Amino acid sequence: MGEVIVVTSGKGGVGKTTTSASLACGFARRGKKIAVVDFDIGLRNLDLIMGCERRVVYDFVNVINGDCTLKQALIKDKRFDNLSVLAASQTKDKDALTQEGVAKVIDDLKNDFDIVLCDSPAGIERGAFFAMYFADRAVVVVNPEVSSVRDSDRVLGIMSSKSRRAEQGQDAVKEHLLLTRYSPDRVERGDMMSVGDVEEILGVKVIGVIPESPEVLSASNSGVPVILDENSDAGQAYSDAVARLLGETVPMRFLDPKKKGFFQRLFGS
Amino acid sequence: MGLFDLFKSRPKNTAKLAKERLLIIVAQERGAEAMPDYLPLLKRELLEVIRKYVNVDPDAVQVNVEREGSQEVLALSVTLPEKD
Repeated sequence: MGEVIVVTSGKGGVGKTTTSASLACGFARRGKKIAVVDFDIGLRNLDLIMGCERRVVYDFVNVINGDCTLKQALIKDKRFDNLSVLAASQTKDKDALTQEGVAKVIDDLKNDFDIVLCDSPAGIERGAFFAMYFADRAVVVVNPEVSSVRDSDRVLGIMSSKSRRAEQGQDAVKEHLLLTRYSPDRVERGDMMSVGDVEEILGVKVIGVIPESPEVLSASNSGVPVILDENSDAGQAYSDAVARLLGETVPMRFLDPKKKGFFQRLFGS
Repeated sequence: MGLFDLFKSRPKNTAKLAKERLLIIVAQERGAEAMPDYLPLLKRELLEVIRKYVNVDPDAVQVNVEREGSQEVLALSVTLPEKD
């Protein structure tokens, strides 16, 4: 039976889809058979970040409605044949996801894959609820910024009381934080909360810290998840996070400001 | 920090301020989640009664449910205004 991992956050724009795409490729590169599912019904985007947008024929809602089989809807990644994407539907029907429908798809995926990664939409409505409901583990993506941290706490609260695990009295969903857009320089100057601050406020451990880096935008521009850019700090930080999610002990990197040259220091950056 | 930054007035440590604000609001919201649904209404009605006798701020009435072992304690605290 595969494991269900949700990538969620509450707040929008913090990097959930970027994270889902990178974690998916990272797990695939490590030999895991993985399916990544876009729960953002109406606002499909994971396909674009994964670079498979032109190959979407059927989507999540088609599978639920029985318009096609799950196998027909899964898009095989061109880079890793052990990685599949299930695209979100672009329907405007808010009730397109049903609990039984989603449960069936998740259970079928668990039978076929080692990991089912659920990319949650922002907010705490239907799509976000179903993305986290079936989770065994959660990666809560958070920016070191007040509204993101507060929303993450709300999501953690909902997960601990409303998930299937909570309802069935099983062990709680295992929670991890993934800090994105982290800027060690600004932390040092006291303009940004540190990893330790965010961990202390939320009471959850960080599984990875992704530094703010221009390669993240280039990666989405080209439809190649940033984890595959092995020269970028963000890519390497995602690789580390994948290793930690697989249970390895890897020291944190990119937490200290980069050393600046003499002139840079003199004239500011 | 560059040479020119020395002449700029820099804001204080705002990260520290963010953390302090978040610790308070998060604790408050977690508490609210665990509280019985009738609490806000109870608080409002209590406030109305108290205001018949003393003119207090809405913030002056604190109603909390605290857990002490298996017991739940409804704690009510009213801060009276200072006498002139």
